[in-house]
Amino acid sequence: MIKEELNFAKNDEFNLTMLPGKFALAMRTCKIWQFFRFMVINVKMLIVVSKSH
Amino acid sequence: MARLVIMGGGVAGHTTATFAKKWLGKDHEVVVVTPNSQWNWIPSNIWVGVGQMEKKDVVFPLAPIYKKAGIIYKQALATTIHPEGKEGDDTPFIIIQSTEEGSVGETETLTYDYLVNATGPKLNFDATPGLGDGSGQMGSNTVSVCTAEHAVHANDELTKTFEKAKAGKRQKILVGTGHGTCTCQGAAFEYIFNIEHEAKKAGIRDMLDIKWISNEAFLGDFGMGGLHMKVGGYAVSSKLFAESLYAERNVEWIIGAHTSKVEEGKIEYELLDGTMHEETFDFAMLIPPFSGVGFKAYAKDGADITDQLFMPNGFMKVDAKYDAGAYENWKASDWPETYQNPSFGNIFAAGIAFAPPHLISKPMSSPNGTPINPTPPRTGMPAGIIGKAVAHSVCDMIKAGDDVELHKASMAEMGAACVASAGKGVLHGTAAAMTVYPVVPDFEKYPGTGRDTKYTFGEIGLAGHWIKHILHHMFIYKAKLKPGWTLIPE
Repeated sequence: MIKEELNFAKNDEFNLTMLPGKFALAMRTCKIWQFFRFMVINVKMLIVVSKSH
Repeated sequence: MARLVIMGGGVAGHTTATFAKKWLGKDHEVVVVTPNSQWNWIPSNIWVGVGQMEKKDVVFPLAPIYKKAGIIYKQALATTIHPEGKEGDDTPFIIIQSTEEGSVGETETLTYDYLVNATGPKLNFDATPGLGDGSGQMGSNTVSVCTAEHAVHANDELTKTFEKAKAGKRQKILVGTGHGTCTCQGAAFEYIFNIEHEAKKAGIRDMLDIKWISNEAFLGDFGMGGLHMKVGGYAVSSKLFAESLYAERNVEWIIGAHTSKVEEGKIEYELLDGTMHEETFDFAMLIPPFSGVGFKAYAKDGADITDQLFMPNGFMKVDAKYDAGAYENWKASDWPETYQNPSFGNIFAAGIAFAPPHLISKPMSSPNGTPINPTPPRTGMPAGIIGKAVAHSVCDMIKAGDDVELHKASMAEMGAACVASAGKGVLHGTAAAMTVYPVVPDFEKYPGTGRDTKYTFGEIGLAGHWIKHILHHMFIYKAKLKPGWTLIPE
């Protein structure tokens, strides 16, 4: 049984979308990966901020 | 010496006032009129509403900050605008009514050379029967997180609901929009996911049925007609992104809904197909629709000229194209650039107070004629950037005369960064970090999506939570005018 996929069966609308697997969920709170994403997101946001002023 | 009067002390008003004072110095007066004694970092009200922050963490008193900055502070409600002055005196003025303890209700005439309307919205609870109490305030059937006080109340009610769930009584939670024309879906989006996160932490998630209700035609519209972002080599719609977040958390959704009536434990709503339905709840947080605060404007002879300054919904007319017509004719250039009132060149609007030319999302209505579509968001980063541009323009006009070229800040040429919390926690919290560029899609410049997908992205994770938490402290630091505050962008 793949626990992460159980919600597909709970609702017809749920069935038509996408659900994250175990690896994607783990990466969301993986400190090392998220520190890297923190840097990337900050750079992207700074670019958008600088283009908006 | 010129006097700039700013009505409102939220993100837009506070930004306008503080930058104007910095640039004008002691040679000119800057006056802020706001009925509130405290500044509120509204995005963090979500965390107050789930008990993860206290009210004192999201507010601070305005008086000492304005005293330090040399800004004249009037704790009062502006009621009428007289842009032509009065018989025998051309000096324009506004009438204000004190809300300060000890002088509540006392009125004062305040003259101005330049006026900025940055009042934010009126929370129009009474637009939906049962959502308000009939006197303009929030009713007792639902809660809200629009103000810090509302968020404290929301947390009290949520705590009771959680206690019942812990005692083994299944609870139904409903979160979303309380009317077909609401905006600020993002706040409700954050609140529902924070409730879900806290329920998991408390071990009662299985005892809660959590449901979303919204006036969006599709999940992920956010009042911006949705957005497309690059993910895994694809450009995908925010619809897929949002639906995935709800499905993953087992949160069902009702969309394209106009909440038409609220009662104790029950709402009635109309869908885009014209059908009427009911939904019951034990706890509901429904965002009210916004309107202008309801100013009246008068000519020198006392004639009512409110329609010269304001649209029928109470928001201020600015340099937007209000006669763009049908959706097919809408262009990015319809959106205002300078936020100057077309009838009175010394009056500007900033933030939510300006009247947008039209929706951003595609207009929708039910077969019964009920409009069910989100109104455009203009809070947060756009409000701050507009406030700063207006401050720039007014300062230039004061220093160099009214013929100077005004500063521009069109929402069709500015981006926005948005971080939507999905649960608080330094190690296990998450938030959806999103940027959109530009806020108003420009299909002539970016055919296809209307936006630049190089700068429009979104992802959920712990990093987003860290950013949200840092922004909380950074913007309160900036608003308190601490050393280096001008280096922090809006």
